Amino acid sequence: MANVTLLRCRECGREFEPVAAHVCDFCFGPLEVTYDYDAVAARVSRESIAAGPASLWRYRDLLPVDDVSPVDLGAGWTPLVKADRLGAHLGLENLWIKNDTVNPTGSFKDRVVSVALTKARQLGFKVAACASTGNLANAVAAHAARAGMDSVVLIPSSLERAKITMTSVYGGTVVAVEGTYDDVNRLCAELASELPSWAFVNVNVRAYYSEGSKTLAFETAEQLGWQVPDHVVVPIASGSQLTKIKKGFTELERVGLVDDASGLRISGAQALGCSPVAAAFAANADEVLPVKPHTIAKSLAIGNPADGYYALRAIRETGGGCAAVSDAQVLEGIKLLARTEGIFAETAGGVTIASLAQLVEDGTIRPEERVVAMVTGHGLKTVEALDGAVQTPIGIAPTIDAFRDALGDRDDVAATRTGAPR
Amino acid sequence: MSTTVRVPSQLRELTSGAAEVAVSGATVREALVDLDAHHPGFNERLFDGDGKLRRFVNVFVGDEDLRFLDGLDTQLAEGTTISIVPAIAGG
Repeated sequence: MANVTLLRCRECGREFEPVAAHVCDFCFGPLEVTYDYDAVAARVSRESIAAGPASLWRYRDLLPVDDVSPVDLGAGWTPLVKADRLGAHLGLENLWIKNDTVNPTGSFKDRVVSVALTKARQLGFKVAACASTGNLANAVAAHAARAGMDSVVLIPSSLERAKITMTSVYGGTVVAVEGTYDDVNRLCAELASELPSWAFVNVNVRAYYSEGSKTLAFETAEQLGWQVPDHVVVPIASGSQLTKIKKGFTELERVGLVDDASGLRISGAQALGCSPVAAAFAANADEVLPVKPHTIAKSLAIGNPADGYYALRAIRETGGGCAAVSDAQVLEGIKLLARTEGIFAETAGGVTIASLAQLVEDGTIRPEERVVAMVTGHGLKTVEALDGAVQTPIGIAPTIDAFRDALGDRDDVAATRTGAPR
Repeated sequence: MSTTVRVPSQLRELTSGAAEVAVSGATVREALVDLDAHHPGFNERLFDGDGKLRRFVNVFVGDEDLRFLDGLDTQLAEGTTISIVPAIAGG
């Protein structure tokens, strides 16, 4: 079965065959995968999806691949955690965390890469490449290994150590570029013209790759009992994830899997040190002006966001907001999520949680709304961000007295010292 | 003033397949006018009806995005490279 009918330019509407192309040849607008939704609607049901695998591939009818075996490490179908303790702290009655930290390489990028490399392999590519802020590098290297493809990933040289090791271990080539992610991205955009036999997942395969993010919306709805939440909070780097989450919910309504997606509001989350979309939102501007990023949230440090314009539009169309939070708030967000819900997120997750708090505080998110926050990367990837920000262990000699001396100000320890039977 | 323009694959049909072409002009605007004079078709691909660069066309002078410089009025030094790059990539 062929899901994809063609690629259509979002700007000028020109149509193209579904090959490895990501921008319109005429105006450079992004190419969007289009589906035969009537055929999909006739084929899928809540039951057929429930009978599928416990991965994003349960939604393959709404993914841009034909009937081929996927490049699959088990990405997706991550927990939607009812976050009552965090919700109580923030003043929200119905909060869920979409915990995408538990993907195979620890971030939502496994979703998009599983889709991208499945398509790339189907199109005959032998080399998988990308520009990455780290999470994508991890996912590309791992999935390429799984697929038996070569990988070449390009990263900014200042990346967190864990993200570099978590890429190198899979045996591909890692190229550290002097400069920011935007410099790396531009280099890859130009390299894609010179190396057409390589699948740059977020350049020439981007039209397919980005579709993988829709599965965050699909899972959220299914896990809520095929309901659309009132509000989702999504971190913004390139803006693709937010844009595709909106597309995902819209598609569910289009093919009859949910009744009504029109009430959904979408809000964006950015770090203040790289907040071009939040700045455009605050200024009520249509144009997203590029910035030079300076933030600990390196996975979101895209100063020139490719889909910034569409993310901004999705936020406005749905009546959401866009927060920008300081690095100190990001660290606080990481710790708050960890101590209330037991989920350790990377800096981008800290941005999401801190933004959630800000959007509740400024009244954008109302207390009674059913809110889902997208937490998209694991904390082990960015541990150095927490250096000095979490308490250090209490050092003691290996004796009970030393233990009691150190923890004696705790009631439960003090009680055993004075009265409890030995 | 001679400047090199790097052309992305999507636009090389306008340059008979060449990845780089030489143009002249003191500013980016003049260089792009000269580009269209020698390789007709660039204007309508790069600019919208109001004469502004299309939303998803990025232009770099050396390593820097035009929007961090003086836009189309950015002055060109001898031997500078201008790159035309599709904006939609990454993330």
